[in-house]
Parts: sequence; C-alpha cells; structure tokens
Amino acid sequence: MPLGPDSTQDAIVSVRDLEVRFQTSDRRATVKAVDGVNFDVHRGETFGIIGESGSGKTTIGRALVFLLKPSAGAIRHEGIDPLALPRKRFQSHRRDYQIIFQDPNAALNPRMTILSSVLEPLELARAGTSAERERQAREALDRVGLPQDVGERYPHQLSGGQKQRVVIARALTLKPKLIVCDEVVAALDMSIRGDVLNLFADLQRELGLTYVFITHDLAVVSHISERIAVMYLGRFVELGPTERVSEHPLHPYTQALLSAEPRPLPSHLRQGSRIMLQGEIPSPIDPPSGCRFRTRCPYAQSLCAEQAPDWRELQPDHWVACHFAEHPDFAPN
Amino acid sequence: MPAAAPKKCRSDAAAGRAPLMSVRGLGIRFKTSLGVWQATRKIDFDIGAGERVGFVGESGCGKTITGLSILRLLPGNLAGLDGSILFDGTDLVSCSARAMRAIRGRRIAMIFQEPMSALDPVFTVGHQISETLCVHTGASKEEARAKTLEMLRRVGIASPERRIDDYPHQLSGGMRQRVMIAAALICGPQLLIADEPTTALDVTVQAQILELLRELSETSNTALMLITHDLGVVAETCTRMITMYAGEVIEDAPVDDALVRPLHPYTSGLLRSLPHLSPRHGRLPSIPGRVPSIVDMPNGCRFRARCAHAAPGCEAEQELRDAGGGRKVRCWRFRELDLPGALQHAASTPIAAMAGTP
Ligand SMILES: Nc1ncnc2c1ncn2[C@@H]1O[C@H](COP(=O)(O)OP(=O)(O)OP(=O)(O)O)[C@@H](O)[C@H]1O
Ligand SMILES: Nc1ncnc2c1ncn2[C@@H]1O[C@H](COP(=O)(O)OP(=O)(O)O)[C@@H](O)[C@H]1O
Ligand code: SF4
Ligand code: SF4
Ligand SMILES: [Mg+2]
Ligand SMILES: [Mg+2]
Repeated sequence: MPLGPDSTQDAIVSVRDLEVRFQTSDRRATVKAVDGVNFDVHRGETFGIIGESGSGKTTIGRALVFLLKPSAGAIRHEGIDPLALPRKRFQSHRRDYQIIFQDPNAALNPRMTILSSVLEPLELARAGTSAERERQAREALDRVGLPQDVGERYPHQLSGGQKQRVVIARALTLKPKLIVCDEVVAALDMSIRGDVLNLFADLQRELGLTYVFITHDLAVVSHISERIAVMYLGRFVELGPTERVSEHPLHPYTQALLSAEPRPLPSHLRQGSRIMLQGEIPSPIDPPSGCRFRTRCPYAQSLCAEQAPDWRELQPDHWVACHFAEHPDFAPN
Repeated sequence: MPAAAPKKCRSDAAAGRAPLMSVRGLGIRFKTSLGVWQATRKIDFDIGAGERVGFVGESGCGKTITGLSILRLLPGNLAGLDGSILFDGTDLVSCSARAMRAIRGRRIAMIFQEPMSALDPVFTVGHQISETLCVHTGASKEEARAKTLEMLRRVGIASPERRIDDYPHQLSGGMRQRVMIAAALICGPQLLIADEPTTALDVTVQAQILELLRELSETSNTALMLITHDLGVVAETCTRMITMYAGEVIEDAPVDDALVRPLHPYTSGLLRSLPHLSPRHGRLPSIPGRVPSIVDMPNGCRFRARCAHAAPGCEAEQELRDAGGGRKVRCWRFRELDLPGALQHAASTPIAAMAGTP
C-alpha cells in the first residue's frame, strides 16, 4: 500500500499513520481525534487543512510541532524523528517548528509590554547578548509592519490585527523553518484579514518559510495554499493541489463543503443547485463503521458501511478516500 | 453599470404602505467610568413586512446594540436612548414597560449566536418553547404542547416527539439553534432579530439554518433583521443590506445592488478585501488603518482617515443621503465615485476561487 502523497519531493514534515487518542473528561471513553493520517509537507509551500470543527485539525497541528505526542504512527522533521533526539537537542529542534493560534489575547500576557512578550522566547533560548536580543525583537516587530513605539505598549492598547502581528513577530524571532497557523485570521475583522494574509505571503517569500495553514474558511485556505487537505472525523478524505480540490473535488464531502459556502455574489451569479447535507458531524467517540461520512453522504451504498475506503491517488497528486470517487455522477456540474 | 431595479425586495414605502418598522435618529449612549460614550448615532432605517435585511460591519460598529435597542434589552449602564423606533404604530423608545412586554417575544423575537446561553439548562426544550406561548396567548398546556411539536417539526427537528422532552445539553449545536428558532417563532412574530445566528455553526449546518430562516420568512411573511459579518450570508439570505461603520449606518441598498455597485467607499473596501474576489495567491486589497475609537471620533466623515477618496469637503458632517433606486449612502461624493464591488470588473467575472463550485 502506498504510504502517502509523493515522498519524492523535498519533505520538511512527513506524517505516517498518525493517530492521536484522548480520554474523555469522565475517562469512560476514548476519542480518536486523529485516526490514521498520511501526508508530506513540502519545503516552502503552504499546506492547507480544512474541515468542520471537531474534525481534528488543531490536534494534527499540535502533534506536528510536538505539543502533544502521537498515540501511534510517526512524524518526521526533515527525515529525523525528533522524539529520538536527546532532551536538549529536542528542545532546540522544536524552535524551528512553531505554532500560532486563533486568539492573540490568550497568547499575550496582559501585564507584559509588547517588547517583553516578543523577547521572551529569545531569552528562554538564551540567544546572544541582551542588546542583540532586543535588536532581533525590534526587527521582528518592524518586519510584521508595526510602528516603532509598539514595543513599549501593552496588549490592550493594540487592535486585534496588531496583536496577531505581535504573535507572528514573536514566532519569527526564533527563525523557524515551519509555522503551523491554526485559525489565525478567524478572530480578525474582514477589513484587516487581507493585511495579515498578505503579511504571511510576504514573510514566506522573504524567509523561505513553510506553513501548515489550518482553517474552516474555504475562501481563506484556497487563497493562500498550494495544496489542500480536507478532514472529516479524524481522517483525511481528500488531498490535492488547491485548483483541483476547489474546482474539481473528488470526494462527496468536499463537494458539499464547497457548495455550502455562502458566496458574496449577486443572485444572478449564484446559480447552481446546492448539495444540502442532512444532520451534523457524528461524535468521534463512536464514529460510523466503514466510511465515516456515510451517515451524511448522498451517494452512500451498503459497501460504505462495511468497509472503510482506501486512501488512493486517483489522479496525479490528487488523493481521495471514497469507494466511488471515479463515479461520473460525482463530478460537479 | 446601472444598478438593476430591485424586484422582489420592494419595500413597503415603494408600495405606498408604511413600513413595519421605521427607525429614525436612533442613538445609544452608555455610562462608563470614563464618562458617557456615544456608541451609535443617527441610525435611520426601515424594515418592511416580510423583508429580510442584513446588517453588516466590523466588530464594534454597533450591530448588536442596535438589535437589542429595538427590544429595549440594552445593558444596565445605558445612559440614554435617543430617536424613535416606530413599530406598527407604537414607538418602542417611549412606550411603557408594559406595552414593551406585550411586544417582546410575541410580535418581535430575537435569537443569538450561542443558543446555549439563551436556553435554560434546567428545563426541557418543550417546556421552554410552550412557556412562551402560554405566557403570551394564554394557551392551555395541551394546546401549547401540540403547537410546540408542530413548530419543532417545522424547524426541521427529526422525530420531535422524542426530542421535546430533551434538555438543551442533549442536543447538538445545530439542533439547539433550531430549538431557539422554534421558541422565537412560536408566537408568530412580525419581526425576527437574529444576531450572528450561524457564526458558531459549521458551514454545512449553517446552510441548513439559513435555508430554514429564509423559508420561514417567506411562508409566514416574518421580517428578518439578520446581523452578521459574513457578506456571503447576507447575499444568500437577505433582500437588503445595511452597512454600519463606527456607530452609523453608511449604506442601505438592495443586496444585489450593494454587491455589484457599492456607493460608499467602505462598503466597496469590505467587498474588495474578501479573498473570494482576488485571484488565488494574489495580494488581497485591504483597508488601511483602523476604526476610530468610540472615545475619539473624528468630526465629519468617520471613514475619512482610511478613505482613498477623501477630499476637501469630507471634513463636513455627512448625512445619510437618498441615492435613488431605494438606496441611501452617507458620502457626499457618491455620484462622482465609481467604486468596484463583488465582481472583478464591469466585465462581471466572478471570483476565481468560486467559479468552479457546483
Ligand atoms: N455596556 C456597554 N458599555 C459601554 N460600551 C458598550 C456597551 N455595550 C457595547 N458598547 C460599545 O458599543 C459599540 C457597539 O457594540 P456592539 O456590541 O453593538 O458591536 P457589534 O457591531 O455587534 O460588534 P461584533 O461584530 O463584535 O458583535 C462598541 O464600541 C462597544 O464597545
Ligand atoms: N485535550 C483533549 N481531551 C479530550 N478530547 C480532545 C482534546 N483535544 C481535542 N479533543 C477532541 O478531539 C477532537 C478533535 O479536536 P480538534 O483537533 O480540536 O478539532 P478541530 O481543530 O478540527 O476543531 C474533538 O472531538 C475534540 O473534542
Ligand atoms: S465511500 Fe461511500 S459513504 Fe463514503 S464518501 Fe464515498 S460514497 Fe460516500
Ligand atoms: S465623505 Fe469623503 S472621506 Fe467619507 S467616504 Fe465619502 S469620499 Fe470618503
Ligand atoms: Mg481547532
Ligand atoms: Mg455583536
């Protein structure tokens, strides 16, 4: 069985058969938040992950930067297994792999000045002299487009967009190779979202960064990513180049997601029928047998309940998990 | 491109009737430790019977408090409510508390983003819905239960007989929102105010709820005031769009007209900043600067510091002007500006990212 998408390319991260399980709070059941996921992230690309809430996106993101340990499977960073490194090496290795979350307020200490917040990771890493560290921190604030005087201010004196820039600046000071961005623009107003997305693109070009961009916003993910993975109930159901996935989706769930997206277009341009899914995403504690999407899939057959579909490369670089993905009826009209 | 005359969304005024609700000069002031804040001012709009009006704008522009003011549910530190809200002949700003209670929940109902906070965890969903009915109409227990079952079925709850005695925590997010809608609509209100009703839901469930709201509004002629910051939601659900900025209404137009040819530079800027409208991987246009602070509002046009079209004259106070074709705009330059909307250009190519969606 093939392991995962194109292992030939220069992979900065490769994920094989990843599983992450949690105990529920009453300790009576196990949640398979991530249940057998395979993919590579190529150096310098933006890899988008999309899916409904609870599908396991954040859990994958946290596992990628070793904020949590996989229950099974392997995650390699540039071919090495970070968990096999000696403790000290592991700590310094982790600095190359950063994660940024949705809420900048949770990430910034309200009683610390912006400069101290940005300095914190450098100090923990004991990088250079204190003058050098301050120069690096100010440089990072400058790079994300914040005015000079911001360093002396406190979080409540900044807008949401400015705070998110500070969080990005802080992640940059350690000169990471890869940043996992988890819903980083979700809390921002639409008029400044564009600014922050442009900033990510600029930084990628200037610094050669790689991003894993997690979001439930289709428009955002398809704007910024080279490739998109679609997640449902702990598994990838589709993975491919953005153009293919968003214009010629192979999986019924991707098709439904795309068609459910409300489009800011006048009515005469919104023609076309909508695939209305029934019900909601089932609980990951007791997922459906076989294909996990079958309880909501308009095309489900009896085979779908009996057997989980294989993860297969139906078209070059375009992967899907559906028994009937080559069925002509599935093609969007 | 000339804006097409709105067809299905003709307002009551255009049809020669008084609108269901007419808001004039509405202003909301709050007492804070730093003095009195003018949160909104000079809010004017009409909502016709059965009309679906979307309220959009950035965080803090005053959408929620405008909705709350209609039901006089504003927070306790309210310093004053100015202007008038004429609802079917009654001024909701000045009417007695008793008159307000007779309207609230019965003729005007409201639903919120997080249904869990509005549902009482200790009562069954059936109890919460029928309670409203008994209080307002004096219906008997049996009648109320029968009507509740019927309403739960209408909002798309499968096997309502089994769900009616469930407690809110036993329901999924989408089902709770359906229950909220059922409770709001049980008395057959003339106006439903929905504040971000789908923001906490997934897109596939959001599509179900929006479809439900549209369908209910059409079949029972209920007017809908839909507050959201998702322009796509407004496009798909509403007939008219009202854009707010820094505590004021800055544009009011039939949805398709506002999307195709916005008249206010802020509405245009909002539309242009949507990733849907830019070529994939291209730069996203954004509006420079930020919304002025409530304690430091500039004189004249409040959008001036961020506006690419600001000119001498914009420092004068801006009124909401009649722009013809059922449209209003708070910008004196609207006739000379030709602003881009949700199409790439007059050639009307829609969004790259969406062209292929089914
Ligand atoms: N109780 C209050 N005391 C003082 N100011 C308030 C109070 N409630 C709201 N405001 C202010 O009134 C303005 C409008 O608030 P409102 O909640 O209506 O915004 P909104 O448009 O609904 O924003 P969002 O999109 O974030 O929900 C804001 O500046 C807010 O800070
Ligand atoms: N620490 C945890 N303990 C128990 N369950 C968790 C924990 N973190 C996540 N989960 C569960 O794992 C599933 C996936 O969650 P998450 O990765 O946060 O999804 P997403 O980011 O796609 O919304 C959910 O069912 C969630 O409730
Ligand atoms: S495997 Fe079956 S249930 Fe699953 S997506 Fe394909 S058709 Fe639908
Ligand atoms: S009044 Fe002037 S500053 Fe205000 S929106 Fe119009 S052109 Fe821009
Ligand atoms: Mg998440
Ligand atoms: Mg609000």
